[in-house]
Amino acid sequence: MGTLTRSGDELAGGALAGTLRVGGVDAVALEARAARLAGRSIKRESKDAGLELAVRCIDLTTLEGADTPGKVRAMCMRALRPDPEDASVPPVAAVCVYPSMVTHAAAHLDGTGVRVASVAGAFPSGQADLDQRLEEIRGAVADGADEIDIVINRGALLSGRLDIVHDEVAAAKRACGDAHLKTILETGELGSYDAIRLASMVAMAAGSDVIKTSTGKLPVAATPPTALCMAEAIRDYHRHTGRVVGLKLAGGIRTSKQALGYLAIVAETLGVHWLHPERLRFGASTLLNDVVLQMRFRRTGRYPRPGDLPVD
Amino acid sequence: MSERVEVAKTYKLFIGGAFPRSESGRTHPVRDRRDRLVAHVAWASRKDLRDAVRAARAAQAAWAGRTAYNRAQIVYRIAEVLEGRRDQFEAELRVGGMTSRAARANLDAAIDGSVYWAGFADKLEQLAGGVNPVAGPFLNVSQTIPLGVCGLACPDDGGVSGMLGLVCPALAAGNAVVAVAGGRSALVSSTLGEVLATSDVPAGVANVLTGDHAALLGWLVDHADVDMVDLTGAPADSRADLEARTAENLTRWAATGGAEHLGTIMEFRDVRTVWHPARIL
Repeated sequence: MGTLTRSGDELAGGALAGTLRVGGVDAVALEARAARLAGRSIKRESKDAGLELAVRCIDLTTLEGADTPGKVRAMCMRALRPDPEDASVPPVAAVCVYPSMVTHAAAHLDGTGVRVASVAGAFPSGQADLDQRLEEIRGAVADGADEIDIVINRGALLSGRLDIVHDEVAAAKRACGDAHLKTILETGELGSYDAIRLASMVAMAAGSDVIKTSTGKLPVAATPPTALCMAEAIRDYHRHTGRVVGLKLAGGIRTSKQALGYLAIVAETLGVHWLHPERLRFGASTLLNDVVLQMRFRRTGRYPRPGDLPVD
Repeated sequence: MSERVEVAKTYKLFIGGAFPRSESGRTHPVRDRRDRLVAHVAWASRKDLRDAVRAARAAQAAWAGRTAYNRAQIVYRIAEVLEGRRDQFEAELRVGGMTSRAARANLDAAIDGSVYWAGFADKLEQLAGGVNPVAGPFLNVSQTIPLGVCGLACPDDGGVSGMLGLVCPALAAGNAVVAVAGGRSALVSSTLGEVLATSDVPAGVANVLTGDHAALLGWLVDHADVDMVDLTGAPADSRADLEARTAENLTRWAATGGAEHLGTIMEFRDVRTVWHPARIL
């Protein structure tokens, strides 16, 4: 498999059968459309369904230097039973941890249907030798990770070296084996929607199963226009190649209202088939409690006390 | 030159240190005694109430963590700022139907009351806490602590003193408050937010909602993150129902009326008692 090359607006090579037109992004229209979709009012029944779906799509995440096996265990318990008072609240999609915590998470989640996701590849900067990054991926998979989150080489992308970006992601995909690869674009560092769209296309062409907005380690993370831009890239890539790529929105998504707005953006752009944990994820930690509180409110008609839920 | 057009104030809510309009977009017309329109006051919705409780919860711990002396200074400052705006409040109270004499008396009571409650902030421990005599080899100590977030149903006809009579003791006791008032007190309640905002009360510690008690108090007493409600200004026909509903989530309730004595401020305070083996040395 050759590397990816770009001439003008078109990408070619890699796993692409023909050429892939990238095109530019109308930033003003994108932001206006994202704001309109995210701000749309949602009817009560749809909101209930949306909250339930949001829980099922969450990658419950802890990526702190202070993580311990105990904390990961507590988080796994929350992942399996988000609302201690209500068993009808479904488990989340996955638990996302650092590679050193994968064995601990896997021990609690094995056989439950909740996946173990691990960041790898010198997260969050990606600034390490490729060999080292690939070794970290292989280690996490061997420890039991079902999904691997890596960052792209932003430096290479911004200096126009799409081939480097592509080859590194493709190598990561091979290192993953059967595990799903989620590729983080770190949109906050890319500077423009054009760059986000280009990065999305390169990451998808290199074989990513999911493209993801951010590491959550930057102040600028997932925003509605970014989500829309990436969703449109996924839609266009799907039309062109027929391959289904998922979307993961991460960083700064803390409230149910935000999550419902993103669901509207995805539904309107990619269709209802993408409203499924196999194709859509929210990388979050505080979001889960907010959704659970909203569901409690919908069930009881009383505003709940945030302090009643466990925090991580 | 054309004649100057008066710049009329928009009467808004006071939530988390900011002055938002109601999320619902609703306003309530206030008319004077001759039925002339004076102003439209923002009319809070349950979403505004929820936002206010959230702001209060976020601000409460830091407020309780300040020294009692500092809380006293700040509550005293409310009196100072109020004194400087007497004329404005008197005019607004008169619009609400009070005579000049009644309005002045109301302001006197509010300002003097603020000073009264300010003095309590650093004396609660001495008055209501202490070492208890027990029959055993124990040191038994009672300490008073703030309750947390207090919802205050201020009387619609209480004017400035009606609201501050509940807000000041609750603040001096270390709580964050969500005060609700409407009716004839709507104008002054909205303006009181400006006084609280300029008295060094930290953002979120005091929140003022102008609105309808009948529409808001049910949500307030049902809110699990409200630790105590003062139902002084609750409509008489809903009072029993509201009291009963506080039991559902173990919310305390009182109807202090802002009466100036230790009992009032202790409604905004909890007493914790510890038993300690006496011979530890």
